[in-house]
Order: sequence, then structure tokens, then C-alpha cells
Amino acid sequence: MSYYGLVDGTEASLKKYLASLSGVDQVGADARAAMLATRSIKAASKRWAIDTAISMVDLTTLEGADTPGKVQALCSKAVRPDPTDSTVPSVGAVCVYNDMVGIARAHLDLIGGEHVGVAAVSTAFPSGRASMAVKIQDTQDAVDAGASEIDMVIDRGAFLSGRYIEVFDEIVKIREVCGDKAHLKVIFETGELVTYDNVRKASFLAMAAGADFIKTSTGKVAPAATAPVVLVMLEAVRDFYAMTKVQIGVKPAGGIRNTKDAIKQLVLVNETAGPEWLKPSLFRIGASALLNDLLMQRMKMDDGYYASPQYVTID
Amino acid sequence: MEEKLSFEYAPAPESRAIVSIKPKYGHFIGGKFVSGNKHFPTINPATEEVLSQIALAGKADVDAAVKAARKAYTTTWSKMSGKERGKYLFRIARIMQERSREFAVLETLDNGKPIRESRDVDVPLAAAHFFYHAGWADKLEYAGLGTVPKAHGVAGQIIPWNFPLLMLAWKIAPALAAGNTVVLKPAETTSLTALLFAEVCQQAELPAGVVNIVTGDGSTGALIVNHPGIDKIAFTGSTDVGKLIARAVAPTKKSVTLELGGKAANIVFEDAAIDEAVEGIVNGIFFNQGHVCCAGSRLILQESVADEVLDKLKNRMAKIRVGDPMDKNTDLGAINSKEQLLKIRELTAAGDSEGAERWSAPCDLPGKGFWFAPTIFTGVTQAHRIAREEIFGPVLSVLTFRTPQEAIDKANNTPFGLSAGIWSEKGSKVLWATQQLRAGVIWANTFNKFDPTSPFGGYKESGWGREGGRHGLTAYLKGVSHE
Repeated sequence: MSYYGLVDGTEASLKKYLASLSGVDQVGADARAAMLATRSIKAASKRWAIDTAISMVDLTTLEGADTPGKVQALCSKAVRPDPTDSTVPSVGAVCVYNDMVGIARAHLDLIGGEHVGVAAVSTAFPSGRASMAVKIQDTQDAVDAGASEIDMVIDRGAFLSGRYIEVFDEIVKIREVCGDKAHLKVIFETGELVTYDNVRKASFLAMAAGADFIKTSTGKVAPAATAPVVLVMLEAVRDFYAMTKVQIGVKPAGGIRNTKDAIKQLVLVNETAGPEWLKPSLFRIGASALLNDLLMQRMKMDDGYYASPQYVTID
Repeated sequence: MEEKLSFEYAPAPESRAIVSIKPKYGHFIGGKFVSGNKHFPTINPATEEVLSQIALAGKADVDAAVKAARKAYTTTWSKMSGKERGKYLFRIARIMQERSREFAVLETLDNGKPIRESRDVDVPLAAAHFFYHAGWADKLEYAGLGTVPKAHGVAGQIIPWNFPLLMLAWKIAPALAAGNTVVLKPAETTSLTALLFAEVCQQAELPAGVVNIVTGDGSTGALIVNHPGIDKIAFTGSTDVGKLIARAVAPTKKSVTLELGGKAANIVFEDAAIDEAVEGIVNGIFFNQGHVCCAGSRLILQESVADEVLDKLKNRMAKIRVGDPMDKNTDLGAINSKEQLLKIRELTAAGDSEGAERWSAPCDLPGKGFWFAPTIFTGVTQAHRIAREEIFGPVLSVLTFRTPQEAIDKANNTPFGLSAGIWSEKGSKVLWATQQLRAGVIWANTFNKFDPTSPFGGYKESGWGREGGRHGLTAYLKGVSHE
């Protein structure tokens, strides 16, 4: 593993790499995110943003009560979010627990959704509290079942106690399990890392360890994908690209429930990492309720009025 | 779906239907609008459209305004309790909030600044100044400024075109709170919001003559400065005019405060939070088209991070949205006047000829109106004119330093001393630098933040006295030393 020449795998080199990062001023980051939230997106640009956001959704169900029937319904919705309008794009992927991966993959393939990915949450999601052996097996199961994307959680306990090399090694090992079969998304649970300095540090750590995507949250902890946190991560992928010429994706997840929130996310991408990141291969939004609001807003733009919520399917 | 990689924002113009601009305006004297004799046009600098005809006040108009202010002071305002004066100020503040959209649209049309700034900064801050000073009106005895602080009487106030309504608020709110009456002259190119404010005074039923507004150019300003019926002069504008005013009032009993030019240093140390520092550099010089007396117009950059900061700065500058000030997504609007644009061009040409390297953000400038792309000059030294003279436009001069002391020496090596910025994540360094800098306002890890509770003013040729906060009150009270 090359680590892009940034880290040689030793703790000393990782510490040196992380120490080279500049800090983040919280007040300034909050102010920049708040300013970008004032952008007014109208007309054709709004229509484009809605379709782009739909294609970036990782349609998610992560419940103890998930069943094959529920997951199959989710897959149908993912492929054809609006059964009455074929111009609505499919979402980016469905995101499920590891035991549902096979069911999701089979159903997607059955209904013509080969192009929709299956993301599996992994490494003892959401807490990450398990042995390395269990985490590796968890990931291996998902890859074997056909997952094309692995959403792993980092060990926040190790990160917060300064054992960065453990976090790094875990990501490297899970990356190896993914091989060339699955993309790796690394979840930080920014609500537990708390500071923007930590978010920036975790971003650079994960990218050097081989993450394809960096992801804010599990959706189980609040606050999740706040605008300043996403801003800090977008700055990180932009700076990492300047260093390595490798584009890493970003996935905010948790708390993005309506079209306005989603468009604010796209504005953040556009004016931070840049328009090159405005595609599903580099930006995803982890959400469930969001998709229906995007569909309602899309219908409103076409028809000029808000339809009853009964015109969009609940799953 | 087809992957389109650009996210073009469709036009999002604020409607101007909320304002009604009269074809011609007079002055506001003794609580009434009175017609003027001569007029001159005021234009929208973004389109060169003539918005209205503004009256040019001559001696008779200024005499009438001073007389009305004196009468209001003697018969009404000086006899009113602080509590009652406060009620009027609170009422004005509330009406400004209620009519905030009207003020914002009118300010943007007349001044050229983006609607986002007039809406989110100028107008809310102007209302905040009235609210803040309304609270002082009945508490002057407890401000530690003497047991019975007394007003001067009639204040003559002359304000600039960069923040027309906000500078009006900075002047009128403390003057009225302290018990003075005023004769105010807005800048020649930006009179409209002051005239709308006159309507607000009527709406608030402010006693006639407490606020008088006369419009005009420098000749009107000179009439105010030299008027024997005026007790106190407050001026915000250029250092050259400030010096003229200082000379004019020197042999008189007039009290005077001056808020003048600047050439602020924005110092970025190598241990700064770089992304936020870049934001701060952008806010420091491109906020309000750089038409800001306290703008961070000299970037003083530690050599070890200079390349990184400049790369990021250029990248960020390329995202500045320049154009129609009425569009809600515009970041940088029009230069306020042709005269100012020519001044910016003259000084930047001097930058070229003195060997500094110019870089401007790639952007399409509208064909009509007055525009200047966001620009930086690198390789600037202390000897360059663009490092010494106030450009008052969206132009940043970049200098570098090797040690903290060198940064301080360069920052202080200017006849000005209005503001400065420091960027470092190391607290001890920030505190040390603030003690060394000779500037009235110092921002640490932020820039261009304003608040009515905070005194504002300059060292050296950047001015006399303070505006805002408890310190600012002293300027409008007799026999109180300026702290």
C-alpha cells in the first residue's frame, strides 16, 4: 500500500502527517457555512439541483425491524423513485445492514436496477465496539454477499484517546477486505468527535489510509451532517486532491430531511471542493425521508402547485 | 442521468417594487420636507441609471437647518428626560426594522453594494445602533462620565458614501441619546436612504428639528463645518478632508470627532487556521467592494505559508460572484462612482509600474456601470504606493515577513492606524501582537466585525475620538475627556 507517499505505516510518520495540518477556527467555519446557506437557488438551477440530489441519495434503512419485504420495497423506490415519471433518476445506492445485502442485490438486479449500488454498514456499526477479527468478518460477509460499497465506522474511542495509528490500521485492513469489489466509505461520527479540528484530522487520516469516501455520521447520533462539518470535510478533500491528485468523495448523512437542506449541501460542494465534486461518484447524501421531499418539490416545479403527499409512495 | 458538472445559479433578483423613489428631493428641515433650489442627479452605479435629483444645499438651507436644530434643542429636546428621548430612539429602531427591506433595496440601488450585505449587515446594524443608544438615553448619569453629563447642543454631522445608512446611525443615534439635535449631510452620491430615514423620523413623530437632513456636496459640508451655530462636528471620510476640518474648527470652540482613512494590516502567521484566514482575508478586503475605511488592505503574510495561502486565496477569489448588486447571490457589487473607479485604476496602474505583480479573479464584468474585478498585488514592498495609500476598492497588497517583530514593524509603518487583523491559533502570540499594533480596532481570527457596543476609531491620521460603546458617548457630551 502506497499511502500516497504521505505516511509509511509507522506511528511516528502518522503523527508527523497529522501534526502538519492547520487548525480549524470554529467561529470562522460556522460563519462561512452560514453565509453559503444564504444562496438563493431558483428556476432551472433548482431543477438541476433536485435531480442531481436524487441521483446522490443513498436511500437508507438501518432498523432492527428491517425485513426482506421492507428492503425489497426500498430497492423498488431506489430504482424508480417516482413510478409515474420515468425522467426521475435512480438514487445512487441503497444502504442496509450486512444481512440484507444479498436480498437487496438480488432484488435490484431483478427489477432492472443493476446500476444502483448496495452499500453495507460495517465494522460493528454504529458503535464500532468489537474486535478487529469481528470487524473484518463483518466486512467480508458484506463483500461476499455482493455489497459494492462498505460504510465502515471508525473507533472513536481510539481516536479520542489519541491512538490514531489504531484507527489508521483498521481502515487499512478494511480497505484490503474491500479489495477491488467495494468502495470504502469511512464514517467518523462527527457528533462524537465534536471539534472541527478532530473532523479535519480524521478526514486526512482516513484519506491517507485508503478511504474512497469520507462520511459524517451513522445517523444514530445527533448532531450529524451539520453544514460546517461538511464544509470542513469538503475543504479536506479539496486540499488532499491538491496534494495527491486523487479525488475522495464526501457523504453527509443524518439530519438532511428536505430539499432546502439538500440544495444547501450542493452549494457547499460547488463553492468549496468545486463543481468537479457534483456527481454521485464523489458526493452522496445518506437519507431516507429526503427523497420524498425532493420528489414533491420536483412535482411542484413541473405542475406549479404542491400535490398531496399521497402522490408520492411511502416506500 | 446526464452529468452536468456546473451548477450555474439562476438569477435571483430582489424586487425593487418595495421602494418608491421620487423624481426630485428637497431637504428635511424642522420636521418638514422643503424644496431645494439647485439639484444634481444621483445614479445607480451598477447601471448608470439616474434614480432621482438631489438638492444642493446652500447657505440659506444650512442656516435654516441649524436654526431649526437650535430651536428644537432649546425648546424641546434639552428639556426632555432621557427616558422620553429613549422612547423615540426605540421607536425609530423598530420602524427601521419594520422597513428593513425598503432600506436594503434603496441602499443597494443608490450605493451599488450587494443586497446580501445591505440586507444582512448595513440595515440590521443600523437598527442595532438605535436600539443600543436608546438604552443609554436614561442612564447617562450612571455611565461614569460625570454626575450630570450635558449635551453639546447642535451637532453637525457629515457622513461618507460607503455605508450611507449605517454611518447615519453611528452619528445620529449617540447624538440624540446624549441630548443633542443634529444637522446631517449624507454623501453626494448616496443621499436616498438618509431621506428615507427622514420619513422614519416623521413616522416616529420625533419632535420637529431634532433631526435635520441637508443634501449636497463638499461645499454644503464646508457650510456646516464653518457654521457658527454648530457646537460639535462629527465627520467620517477621507483623511485629506479630515485635516481641512481640523484646521477649520481649530480656532473655534467646536468639539470635533473624525473617523478617517486606513491602510490596515491583516497579519497571517504560519500557525493560523489557514482556510478561515483565507475567508478573513476575503472579508477584510472584498467586503463592500473594499469601500471600507478599516479594510484589511495590506495582507502581511509569513513567508513559510505564503505560497499555500496565496494559492488558496486565488482559488477562493475565483468563486467571488461579481455582478448585479440586486441579485441575492452577488458577493461583490459595483464601485460607487466613476470618480472612485478612476482613483482605483490610477493607484493600481501605479502598482504595475512600480513592479508589483497583479492578479485579478477571472470574472465577467457588466458592460454598463462602474466595476473592478477582485484583485491582488504580490511582491509589494513598503516603498510601493499601493502599500501606503488608501485605494478604497477591491484591491489587496500582499507583503511577506519572516519574524513576528518584522510583521509588527511593517504593520505599524504607516501614517494610518484604524484597524488591524491577526491570524494565529496561538493565544500568547495574538495577545503579544495586539499590544504592539498601533491601531484603534484589532481583530483576532476574524475581520470587519462591527457591534454598537464596541468603540471604533483610529490612531494617528485615522482619526480623533471613538464611535460606539460607552466611549462613543463621550463625543456627544460636554466636558468629558475622550478616552
